[in-house]
Amino acid sequence: MATITPTPPTPTRSSMHLKTPSLPRWAPLLVIAIAVAASAMLGLLLGWGPVGIAVVAVVLYLVGVPLWSRLVEDGRRAKDRMMTGLVWTAFVLALIPLVTLIWKVVAEGLPQINAEFLTYSMRNVIGDQQGGIYHAIMGTLLVTAWAAIISIPVGIFCGIYLVEYGKTSRLARWITFLVDVMTGIPSIVAGLFAYALFVLFFGEGVRMGFGGSVALSLLMIPIVVRSTEEMLKLVPDELREASYALGVPKWRTVSKVVLPTAMSGIITGVTLAVARIIGETAPLLIIAGKTDGLNMNMFSEPVTTLPVFIYFSYTQPGLPPEAGQARAWGAALVLIVIVMALNLGARAIGKFFAPKKGR
Amino acid sequence: MSTTIATRDKAPRRRGDVIFAGIARGAGIAILVALAGVALFLTLEGFPALGASGAALDGAANFLDYVWPLVFGTLLAAILALLIATPLAIGVALVIAFYTPRRISGVVGYMIDLLAAVPSVVYGLWGIAFLGPQLKPLYQWLEEYLGFLPFFAGPASSTGRTILTASIVLAIMVLPIITAISREIFTQTPQLHMEAAMALGATRWEMIKLSVFPYARSGMVSATMLGLGRALGETMAVAMVLSASGVVTFNLISSTNPSTIAANIALNFPEATGLKVNALIASGLVLFVITFAVNFAARAIVARTERERS
Repeated sequence: MATITPTPPTPTRSSMHLKTPSLPRWAPLLVIAIAVAASAMLGLLLGWGPVGIAVVAVVLYLVGVPLWSRLVEDGRRAKDRMMTGLVWTAFVLALIPLVTLIWKVVAEGLPQINAEFLTYSMRNVIGDQQGGIYHAIMGTLLVTAWAAIISIPVGIFCGIYLVEYGKTSRLARWITFLVDVMTGIPSIVAGLFAYALFVLFFGEGVRMGFGGSVALSLLMIPIVVRSTEEMLKLVPDELREASYALGVPKWRTVSKVVLPTAMSGIITGVTLAVARIIGETAPLLIIAGKTDGLNMNMFSEPVTTLPVFIYFSYTQPGLPPEAGQARAWGAALVLIVIVMALNLGARAIGKFFAPKKGR
Repeated sequence: MSTTIATRDKAPRRRGDVIFAGIARGAGIAILVALAGVALFLTLEGFPALGASGAALDGAANFLDYVWPLVFGTLLAAILALLIATPLAIGVALVIAFYTPRRISGVVGYMIDLLAAVPSVVYGLWGIAFLGPQLKPLYQWLEEYLGFLPFFAGPASSTGRTILTASIVLAIMVLPIITAISREIFTQTPQLHMEAAMALGATRWEMIKLSVFPYARSGMVSATMLGLGRALGETMAVAMVLSASGVVTFNLISSTNPSTIAANIALNFPEATGLKVNALIASGLVLFVITFAVNFAARAIVARTERERS
């Protein structure tokens, strides 16, 4: 039994892998630099455009990093690095439209903006005379305001019903579900609905601003309901119970305790909903129509809104076409500025009025 | 004991309470009525078109012949848009949820939300004036080298206003929706699942594949279907970008393209009269039914998953 067993070789420092070999932290950056340089050199020699150079650089990177990683590390990490590259590529691809769109609208629209453009309508404007979008701005503001007047009370009360009264009743569950489905109604269907409704009262070919408001409110109500519901759910039950304990009736509790607590969130939600519908085109094309002059009466005659103005001004620009299309870009810039201002405003409201902690 | 509970139940109802609860309930019911009203009024106004033929239907023999190429175009554009948008959107959601530090991910998410805020008519302008001309060389290349495939048979459009361009614009518009929902679900993945995967030595991608995707699968499916609902009903971008001629073809890069229901309504409604209006409204009803079914299914999947989780 006492045979001599060969002593196992003592592990040397080099064979003892406490840490698997891995690429240095700067490896991806180096590969990016090499890929861009190589592709730019090839591209300049062979005469590709900037897009071609970028595509080849990305492909070189997506091949290069996994290859290097496979040689030094192992197959699993090579795959991980490739997926990281792919995911970031997807992200950059998604941002390209946003950047080019904003650049294009600003570059084409900014030269159009001046005092007359913002304060004149298109009445009796022929050819390349200076026209304006005052009528479209006022139309958009009025139609959207009426849509908000319809949607905000209905939406907020529906949210209150779902959170404070309905809870888990069958009706409340159906409303929650159908409100979700309603957020997916195509905007053009909302326009057709408003037309089909108003045609019963006013006869064929009806066009009026209020019809547009009805169509838009169909799109706006579900957004308001959802945000109200989310915000009311965040109000702690202790506040309600404290109010009940003081003998306050439920409706006073809801209107004086719950709603004020959730108000900042609800205002944010409403502002985002307005931002969402103010750019809607299709329903207004159907029911609000188009006119060259200012029409402040929402209950008769067509009203031009900014999106509809952009559409007609670009697709039916008149002669010379450049003038009409330039006005379309100017109006697009104004519309984007309004929408972005509403979006940023909503976030500012949310931050500013948010209930302060430790009060 | 039971008597105290019974008396609390019978507390006198104040008039204010009754009125307030009534208003809230009424608002809820008003939404149901509005939704039913959409179906009712579209049916009322669309019904006369079923018996029409000839001029009101652009020369089609009956309503089915009229609406079928439009349904085809709608589905083709929406499905192409989803094929482009879904991988990108899931990649973007992964970047926001797992690949950026928490400080930056808020800003990054906001930038993607801005994509959703851009009005569709502005996307239309951008599609005609920027994207179409930019894609023209790509279409010529596709025709030259991949022309043996029926999708790229050509001849390549000289304006770039093809159904593929329209689908790319649609893809950009649905991307924020799919991203937002996927991101929401990714960040809900139980922390323990992810940490367990990491502790076993998984790389980041393996962690995502093993713990995040199985958890988020149904959410990703319903996010995609909600994106599909949006792509089916999107109007202005398609109406402006696409130069449509109402054919049924899988050729994606030529200048004769199928139209979509929504774009067809937007292009023809302003000048339509008589039965033509009814025909357009009836096609709108078809669109409503399709999108309603898609959204209904998507929400049902979400609701079922939520019930299983809670």
